[in-house]
Amino acid sequence: MEYISQIAFLLVLAVATYFITKRVGTIKNNIQLGRDTDRSDQKGRRWKNTFLIAFGQKKMFKKFIPAFLHLLIYAGFLIINLEVLEFIIDGIAGTHRIFAPILGSTYYSAAINIFEFLAVAVLFSCVVFLIRRNVIRVNRFKALKGWPWLDANLILIIEIVLMIAILTMNATDQLLQGRDDHYVQTGAFFFSGFLIPLFENMSVGTLIFIERFAWWFHIIGILGFTIYITYSKHLHIFMAFPNTYFARLGPKGRMNNMEDVTTEVKSMLGIDTGATNGEPPAEVARLGAKDATDLTWADLMGAYSCTECGRCTAECPANITGKKLSPRKIMMDTRDRISEIGENIKKGKTAEEGSPLFSEQYITDEEINACTSCNACVEACPININPLDIILQRRRFMAMEESSSPQSWNSMFQNIETNFAPWKFPPSDRFNWANKLNEEK
Amino acid sequence: MSDISYKVPTMQEMSAKGESPEVLFWVGCAGSFDDRYKAVTVAFTKILNKVGINFAVLGPEESCTGDPARRAGNEFLFQMQAMSNIQVLDGYNVKKIVTACPHCFNTLKNEYPELGGNYEVIHHSTFLQQLINDGKITLKGGGEFKGKKITFHDSCYLGRANGVYEAPRDVIRALDAELVEMKRCKTKGLCCGAGGAQMFKDAEPGTKEVNVERTEEALNTGAEVIAAGCPFCMTMMSDGVKNKEKENSVKVFDLAELIAKSEGL
Ligand code: SF4
Ligand code: SF4
Repeated sequence: MEYISQIAFLLVLAVATYFITKRVGTIKNNIQLGRDTDRSDQKGRRWKNTFLIAFGQKKMFKKFIPAFLHLLIYAGFLIINLEVLEFIIDGIAGTHRIFAPILGSTYYSAAINIFEFLAVAVLFSCVVFLIRRNVIRVNRFKALKGWPWLDANLILIIEIVLMIAILTMNATDQLLQGRDDHYVQTGAFFFSGFLIPLFENMSVGTLIFIERFAWWFHIIGILGFTIYITYSKHLHIFMAFPNTYFARLGPKGRMNNMEDVTTEVKSMLGIDTGATNGEPPAEVARLGAKDATDLTWADLMGAYSCTECGRCTAECPANITGKKLSPRKIMMDTRDRISEIGENIKKGKTAEEGSPLFSEQYITDEEINACTSCNACVEACPININPLDIILQRRRFMAMEESSSPQSWNSMFQNIETNFAPWKFPPSDRFNWANKLNEEK
Repeated sequence: MSDISYKVPTMQEMSAKGESPEVLFWVGCAGSFDDRYKAVTVAFTKILNKVGINFAVLGPEESCTGDPARRAGNEFLFQMQAMSNIQVLDGYNVKKIVTACPHCFNTLKNEYPELGGNYEVIHHSTFLQQLINDGKITLKGGGEFKGKKITFHDSCYLGRANGVYEAPRDVIRALDAELVEMKRCKTKGLCCGAGGAQMFKDAEPGTKEVNVERTEEALNTGAEVIAAGCPFCMTMMSDGVKNKEKENSVKVFDLAELIAKSEGL
């Protein structure tokens, strides 16, 4: 009989592990649907970015208050999870607070007091964040409706509930110490101590029930939350690390070179490339992006990493002046579409089923054309996502595969081809400015 | 007539004489054809003359770097332009290039190497900063901008794209002017609205033009001069000032013009 709770715990753990592994596999596969790009260079710089930007949250600290509150939640998340280790051991071994006798009550209560402090800090920050989103209504959150809106609020509420569970568990535990032998002496806990009056007059049976309920609630909650996260913008808590590692390095102004085009241009200009001598040219892949699978895996990883914070959109000159373009939406649509494609493949349909990423359903050409390539979004993103790269891939498809660029751009292309300048001026006039040099001022 | 006669040698003339310049001045399409920006080209050429830099231009042999084509998605056209430019540049054995256009600067510096064109490329703001630091330009008494409020509008392709924020500001400080910053400056600078080939088409429907938004911000600083370092920014900010009917009280100048005017060139 006494093994029942251990067996139940193992079952819960197994089910959660199964679902988490499955989701991780799906996301990994979806990211790998993207085109290849080499991000294996400059490992030192990449580790440094991961350390400073993901771990150290350097780019968050451009605005202090949200950055500080976010740091509290983040630190709470990392450190309180150490306690989950104890939960898991207790759950499997049928012990209770196994670390208490090992650490001794002084160290154990010190550790729990730190966790409790963080739990309270997380609780506080989540409440402030809920207020910022729903009462103060910070501008960059206003555009979020439907699922993204619900997701953001749910995360905050779940975190609050989980923290309340921990504090309740600790409060009832302290009352049970001395009343029931199973509950080992741990020393006093400061923060949950304030909750003790709520439970003081309850019977031992009720207290054990509440304590056990809070324990199970917390551990199932954490495991369930982990599965939930994989469907949520909250995935950034994991993805921020690989994403900052694999983010593009080098000057932001540099666009990636299309090797296929280089080969073709060289042969057109009669420049010997050596490599293709005599052989038929290799089949040229689609130029630019029509759908999410035409983007690189790094772009898709960015889409799964996006926190939907809207810092990019808040800085976007097109968005600020009322155009439809929103770099956050670019990332969210990319994630939705690549997830859809992943599902298609899983269900045995063709990958293309549904509307492509660049269509009325997701990202329209009107959005793509409005971008000034100013890099404000790239600069603003706290985890180095690059919405601009996706926009530029699309423009390539429009110009080279679809010929659907705006008419004025087509004229500009023509001018460059015929006059070697984007305007319609004869090349012979190019040096006329020099005549002004010695004119009377 | 000014007393010095300014010279602008071409690479062709120089190589015919068996000479090679220290630096090539890449004028760019706007610098060659845009009426307003031609004045900047002239101002910068005068400075090069005055300081005695051994420079040359490509003149009629220059051609679009391909930047607008690339940003608008036409990679073929960009690479065609780039390769033929590289052939010309390498033909003259060019090593160092200075340009007054951040778009040319970015493309030549960051995008030509992958296509085989390797040059030391600097923007004219950095070039002017170096001349000032080396004492080759000394603005005695500060000239006509002394004490005036000047704000600098960061060009995206100079600032965020390439991390050049201080050079243009150093140039303004050297004028003994009062540099006032807009709220959105440096890494947070707001685009003028012309980058990414927007210069060559109308904006998408919206509630406002980007250049008007930016000009309002510049005007709010109370500056009498909006300084720019990019031909497209120059056009957009000038149009913005006109839109706000402030063209009589607020001027838009390029960094080279500020120096040239202070020097009485
Ligand atoms: S690069 Fe494009 S999408 Fe990004 S902020 Fe600038 S205009 Fe907006
Ligand atoms: S792309 Fe970056 S800045 Fe934009 S919403 Fe996502 S995480 Fe935030």
